[in-house]
Amino acid sequence: MSASTSPGAPWIGRPLRRAEDARFLDGSARYVGDLKRPGMLHGVVLRSDHAHARVRSIDARTALALPGVVAVYTFEDIRRLARPIPLRLGPCPGLERFLQLPLAEGKVRYVGEPLAFLVAEGRYVAEDALELVQVEYEALDPVVDVHAARADRSLLHEALGTNVGSHYTVEKGDVSAAFAGADYTRRETFRCHRQTAAPMETRGLLAEFDAAGRRLRLWGATKVPFYNRRWLAGALDLPEAGVELIEVDVGGSFGVRGELYPEDFLVPFAAMRLGRPVKWIEDRREHFVATNHSREIECELEIACTLDGEIIGLRGRLLADMGAYVRTNGGLVPAKAAQFLPGPYRIPNVGCEVFALLTNKTPVGTYRGPGFYESSFFRERLFDLATADLRLDPAEFRRRNLVTAGEMPYGIENLCPFDADAAYDSGDFVLAFERALAEFDYARVKTLNGTLQDGRLQGVGLGCFVESGGAGPAETARLKVAAGGRIELYTGCSTMGQGHETAMAQIGADSLGLPVEAFSVFHGSTTLVEQGYGTYNSRAMAMGGSAVKLAAENLIAQLLAHVARMHEIEPAALEYSRGAIVRREDHRTLATLAGIAAAAQAGDGQARAAIECSGTFNQTRRTYSYGTNIAHVAVDPETARVEVLRFLAVDDVGRAINPLLVHGQMLGAAVQGIGGTFLDELIYDEQGQLLTGSFADYLLPTATEFPNVEVISLEAVPSTLNPLGVRGAGEGGIIATGAALANAVAHALAPLGVKITELPLSPNKLAQKMREARAAAE
Amino acid sequence: MKPPAFDYAAPGSLDEALALLAAKRDGAKLLAGGQSFVPALNFRLARPELIIDLNRVPGLAGIRRDGDGGLLIGAMTRARAIERSEVVARSNPLLHSAIPWIAHVPIRNRGTIGGSLAHADPAAELPAIALACDAILVATGILGKRDIAARDFFLGVFTTALRAGEILTEIRFPAWPPNRRHGFAEFARRHGDFAIVGVAATIDVAADGAVGDARIVVFGAGDTPRRAREAEAALAGSHPDTGALQRAAALAANHVDPPSDHHASAEYRRELAGTLTRRVLEQALAPRARAA
Ligand SMILES: Cc1cc2nc3c(=O)[nH]c(=O)nc-3n(C[C@H](O)[C@H](O)[C@H](O)COP(=O)(O)OP(=O)(O)OC[C@H]3O[C@@H](n4cnc5c(N)ncnc54)[C@H](O)[C@@H]3O)c2cc1C
Repeated sequence: MSASTSPGAPWIGRPLRRAEDARFLDGSARYVGDLKRPGMLHGVVLRSDHAHARVRSIDARTALALPGVVAVYTFEDIRRLARPIPLRLGPCPGLERFLQLPLAEGKVRYVGEPLAFLVAEGRYVAEDALELVQVEYEALDPVVDVHAARADRSLLHEALGTNVGSHYTVEKGDVSAAFAGADYTRRETFRCHRQTAAPMETRGLLAEFDAAGRRLRLWGATKVPFYNRRWLAGALDLPEAGVELIEVDVGGSFGVRGELYPEDFLVPFAAMRLGRPVKWIEDRREHFVATNHSREIECELEIACTLDGEIIGLRGRLLADMGAYVRTNGGLVPAKAAQFLPGPYRIPNVGCEVFALLTNKTPVGTYRGPGFYESSFFRERLFDLATADLRLDPAEFRRRNLVTAGEMPYGIENLCPFDADAAYDSGDFVLAFERALAEFDYARVKTLNGTLQDGRLQGVGLGCFVESGGAGPAETARLKVAAGGRIELYTGCSTMGQGHETAMAQIGADSLGLPVEAFSVFHGSTTLVEQGYGTYNSRAMAMGGSAVKLAAENLIAQLLAHVARMHEIEPAALEYSRGAIVRREDHRTLATLAGIAAAAQAGDGQARAAIECSGTFNQTRRTYSYGTNIAHVAVDPETARVEVLRFLAVDDVGRAINPLLVHGQMLGAAVQGIGGTFLDELIYDEQGQLLTGSFADYLLPTATEFPNVEVISLEAVPSTLNPLGVRGAGEGGIIATGAALANAVAHALAPLGVKITELPLSPNKLAQKMREARAAAE
Repeated sequence: MKPPAFDYAAPGSLDEALALLAAKRDGAKLLAGGQSFVPALNFRLARPELIIDLNRVPGLAGIRRDGDGGLLIGAMTRARAIERSEVVARSNPLLHSAIPWIAHVPIRNRGTIGGSLAHADPAAELPAIALACDAILVATGILGKRDIAARDFFLGVFTTALRAGEILTEIRFPAWPPNRRHGFAEFARRHGDFAIVGVAATIDVAADGAVGDARIVVFGAGDTPRRAREAEAALAGSHPDTGALQRAAALAANHVDPPSDHHASAEYRRELAGTLTRRVLEQALAPRARAA
């Protein structure tokens, strides 16, 4: 039962251009904003202007009187059905108490919190009407940072008596003993700033309800459609089979899109109430206050090591700013930050105390490399402060402490309250590290550290990372032989622009010995496979791709059995080869895919049963990708402008199904991370008002900002956890960007006496640091 | 982010536009390139009853030289047209060098010089250039035209000396003397962003190398672009060495009273004003600085 190769094989590993590009480029792609249904209404959300206030009243009478306005729903209207947005992941103890209702009940806790859902004949009139709704607030003291939150003076959720959403401690080894006996320890407090993913397409939904058939269709789904369907069916009191979540083309997610949000309830609720389709498209201003934020963590971190640089302990305290409620991702961000504080290093004693704290800001969720970006920055920055103290070479220090290939599998024990013991199954961290150093000519370039070249201070910084991906527990694919022997491939993964249609076809092609052109890939509806999970945690290839491979193996076995039955011979006497079933002894073709499909079409029930088959890949263990980033920067000491002269990211993806797609993922992730380190920043004032609520103030990198980025994706060590050997490739490029850049800038500014412990590396902050250092020196 | 309802008129002549404007007074807004106005409209920060679109009014766009070697630029001339104009490159190299710092090509394709000046963003380049060059802004109303000197035009953030019922129709840049040198620099977070601080300078250099008239304009560091007069005075008549440029830069930095916001503190803006002034003066006085 072997699939022999077709002329184009192997397809896996080829840098094919994306099949989906044509429709993106010629404008025929269809996003939720493009959809129209007969009789469609438009919804808009009335959002709180206050960060923290009691809501005395909401008066929508004038708004309702405006011609074209159909309905205004407030909490009272949903009270009977309303259940909180669920905590899907990251159940740190206690967080389940802080969930968000789809509409505020009596109190608002962040600027942007939904207070009412207004439905009208058009978007313009809906926005006109929104201005006519009178809300009477009684302002309360806003809590805008983690320290104020911990003080519990002003409470977001009074009934609970605390702003501490979760507080727990994890430990491996004997941390106090390690620190008590250490030659050298150093402690610092680091801060990572609030950011959001800002996908090019904002969120949007269109719901249509067929009252007679009790069938709800919801367009605009992505990421985790099956989970969302289950929850929505429950919340809307519909049978699960009566709810279809449909994914159309999606313009980016990076983790924030496709989770259950208040609107995911409100839009279908309104459609059901009104008996007409209702569409809601998030505008960019809403997006900044409504869609998950991420990354805001303060970390006090301490290292213990020997004088020659062997790390013996790491202990930290994380204060994570969760925003006003706990959403679907629960405490995943702080929990992963804590769990992966040791990163790719051999650190025998690790402890971390975690506080997840509620503040009057937009709730947080996962954003590409959640928790990993932050903790890599904390750890790698502390390493360079320690190596400076100890007069050790930063590269030598890392080389000495990286987990080696010989130590694999390397247990990382259980540093997370909701995960089992975990292990790095395989990998060669040192190899990726050495490759990066060699490519960068690090030994030579680092001699520039702190020197002035053409008036600018030079700095070179390193950051190493490990990243978990490929989350299970399972994924399903279904294959069907269609007319002419073409293959329809259905996956439970969703896609937000990654190019899965191309990559899935490549896996299918090698598995069935057919050219990629023979495949049509379908994703994007909860009706396509029985149980899918979606796309997150860099899982589509590891889980979804492996499911395709299993489905193909199952299909081949099923086809052989079918042909064997027809010819009354043993299946073992047959083999499958490039779309044909042949007799082993004389290589005579007994059947072809096209022939069996034709028989099925003509009504042959047995053939019909044979041509369709599913495969489910089960795996609860995560894959780990890993790598090293190196940055070389020049800082203008007068203006604080930082230029990235060269940035290199090397990581090991185990196996690249399509190197072009992997390259794009890596490059995009790196630039997103570099932008996040220098530019992106969600800034709140003391009243809890967001100051950076448009693209004029929330700065994303454009094509001209960081032209000198190189990425190298290795296929050094295949993962042992899936049949394709792939590790996640979607997030690795972002994780150590903050770490490497902060170290580079720190080395550049070290001669001035500047210490870098905070992100972002904005010119205003760097200028302030330099000013303070100059004042201290005088 | 949808605008409130408004009426729209696209007059075919300046007189018609002026009549519409006069009839509506404060309730009307002019639409030029729309690059500042339309976002404000969509954010509902602007709520005009009537939008008067100037794009079909003939005669408002164009670049000409006047008899005295000066430059006449119609208010509806696109930034991109100015950027690509040979005439501008030859007759006002400061204006020519500043334009690429405005936003990005697609925005410069729409945005107009009149729109930028009338909008009067304190961090915008063109108001600073107008001030540095002593430009005259021609305002036209139903009763006729009046000239407003750039130094009298910018009154505050988004506030100008234009009166209700007036349209900015033309900008006159005086002739550029052959011994004039210039410098321009700005600091922005990203390429194409509004400046955090910028500096434009012209220096008329006498035959013996002494500084004659010097103009230093700092923008982004206050409500309006401002001349750093003490710094200018310190340079006038001198043969400035590095120390003198430093001192002039320090005077310029002391002279500004910048705001603090989340992009830049007042101290930082002040430092930038000093640094950029020195750099701009160095540019202007560099041995091979470009003359007209
Ligand atoms: C992303 C982005 C980045 C930008 N970056 C910069 C930058 O770096 N530097 C910069 O200077 N600008 C920048 N701009 C603004 C851009 O240059 C604008 O085009 C310009 O400021 C206004 O010109 P406009 O023709 O678009 O005017 P409009 O937006 O049409 O009008 C602006 C205002 O001026 C009034 N107005 C227009 N014309 C006249 C007239 N003839 N008489 C009287 N009043 C008039 C209007 O009524 C309105 O109040 C940016 C814009 C964007 C969208």
